[in-house]
Amino acid sequence: MMLEFENVTKVYKDKFTAVKNIDLKIEKGSFSFIVGKSGAGKSTLIKLLIKEINPTEGKLFFDGEDITYLSSRKVPVHRRKIGVIFQDFRLLNRKTVYENIAFAMEMVGHSPKVIRREVPTVLSMVGLSDKANNFPNELAGGEQQRIAIARAVVNKPDLIIADEPTGNLDPETTYEIMKIFTEINRRGTTLIMATHDRMIVDAMKKRVIELKNGKIIRDTQEGEYYNVY
Amino acid sequence: MSIRILKHTFRQGFQGIFRNRTMSIASVGSITAVLVILGLVLMLILNVNALSLSTKEKFDEIYVYLDDNISNERIREIGEEINEIEGTMTAVFQSKEYALENMKEDFGEDAYLLDGLVNNPLPNTYVVQLEDVSYSKSVVNKIEKTDGIEEVRYYNDLVEKLVNMAGFIKSSGMVLIIILLLVSVFIIQNTIKITVASRKREIELMQYIGASNGYVRGPFLLEGIILGLLGAILSIIIVLNGYDYMVSLANEKFFAMLSVNLIPASMISFDLLIIFITIGVGIGILGSIVSLKKFLSV
Repeated sequence: MMLEFENVTKVYKDKFTAVKNIDLKIEKGSFSFIVGKSGAGKSTLIKLLIKEINPTEGKLFFDGEDITYLSSRKVPVHRRKIGVIFQDFRLLNRKTVYENIAFAMEMVGHSPKVIRREVPTVLSMVGLSDKANNFPNELAGGEQQRIAIARAVVNKPDLIIADEPTGNLDPETTYEIMKIFTEINRRGTTLIMATHDRMIVDAMKKRVIELKNGKIIRDTQEGEYYNVY
Repeated sequence: MSIRILKHTFRQGFQGIFRNRTMSIASVGSITAVLVILGLVLMLILNVNALSLSTKEKFDEIYVYLDDNISNERIREIGEEINEIEGTMTAVFQSKEYALENMKEDFGEDAYLLDGLVNNPLPNTYVVQLEDVSYSKSVVNKIEKTDGIEEVRYYNDLVEKLVNMAGFIKSSGMVLIIILLLVSVFIIQNTIKITVASRKREIELMQYIGASNGYVRGPFLLEGIILGLLGAILSIIIVLNGYDYMVSLANEKFFAMLSVNLIPASMISFDLLIIFITIGVGIGILGSIVSLKKFLSV
């Protein structure tokens, strides 16, 4: 099992209960959508996963390891197993495309040799080999998101979390991005994507976990889901 | 720590300093100011301490000046009487001739000034040492009642005042230093905060990607250390030169008057170096840590 939430509740300091009694298992190599309106608890689930916050109650397991509480020393180690993709891309505009990806490898300690080998590989996977020396703000939104995807996969994480990755993109670009995600998942990486884009969810026919007011109100497995969202 | 991480740390650390030069200069300035004041207070404390110790040694004796017109017989009797008083350890006689010789020696090159004296104006003296300071009052009282004595001089009050003053200077100096240290930690913290803020996106990203805490924090700690170190070096230069100048000035103009030697700068420069660098770097590290605790939360 890639991921297990056991009766997880998160209450923020201002007494707001963001998620309540979440029980959830996500299998290795699976592709799941987390859907729900803003404020339903999607972001809280992601923050719990990358250890930006700790749960108030319950337990969390990642690849069999209890990650409910991690020391500050272990948090970075945990995060290296997860690639995160954001709605706003979060690229460094002063660095070129190549440098943005190399940056992610540098800081987890890869040697320059490995970096020179891996960066072109992921760039070609997202179809941006010819844009290596461009700066992010010279590129279109879809291309920027593809760089962000390349950056997320370059360190070969076990899990990719995409938080509204297509929120700022038009339908055609969205389709391209989803194709890349499908390919990444096909190669064995577990994928979780938070979204409220019905079209994608309907088209992909993957597992859908729907949140409302911090609770799971629907969990349909891959294959059994047809246009219920 | 690998060489690559070290390189990254140094590059980013120095970049942080240069990119916001104004705040860096302000930080170094504030650390320098704090350490210079600290140095001056320290010098003051050391010198007052040394002064009060040497004064205590010098003046922990009772000087009994005898009338000029008493017989040698009486002088001897007085000596015996003093020796019998409870609490007296020794009473050593110093003749007026001996006192004059002493004075000539003290005057050194200026001794010729004393050659013009027709009569020796100095009195015969008994220098009384006590078994214990607690006897001082009773011994002084009893000696004063003895016949043939012109004056009894005991500098205990002066010594006590000096020791008290040294204590006051020490404690108020400490308070002042602690306040200044806090102020400079605050200033450093703000400088680092600016660097952190200017690189907030990058740092957040690093944290999401899983850069180790050392990798993220190292450059900021180094920035603090460098600022502290620069401040320490500057202040050492200022304090040692300033103090050296003051010592030479004091020795030139006031030496004869005060007859007190200031501690020479060369004697304390090494200790000062250690203290300043420790405190400067300490302030830098503390400022960085406080800043990182406050502003790096992901």
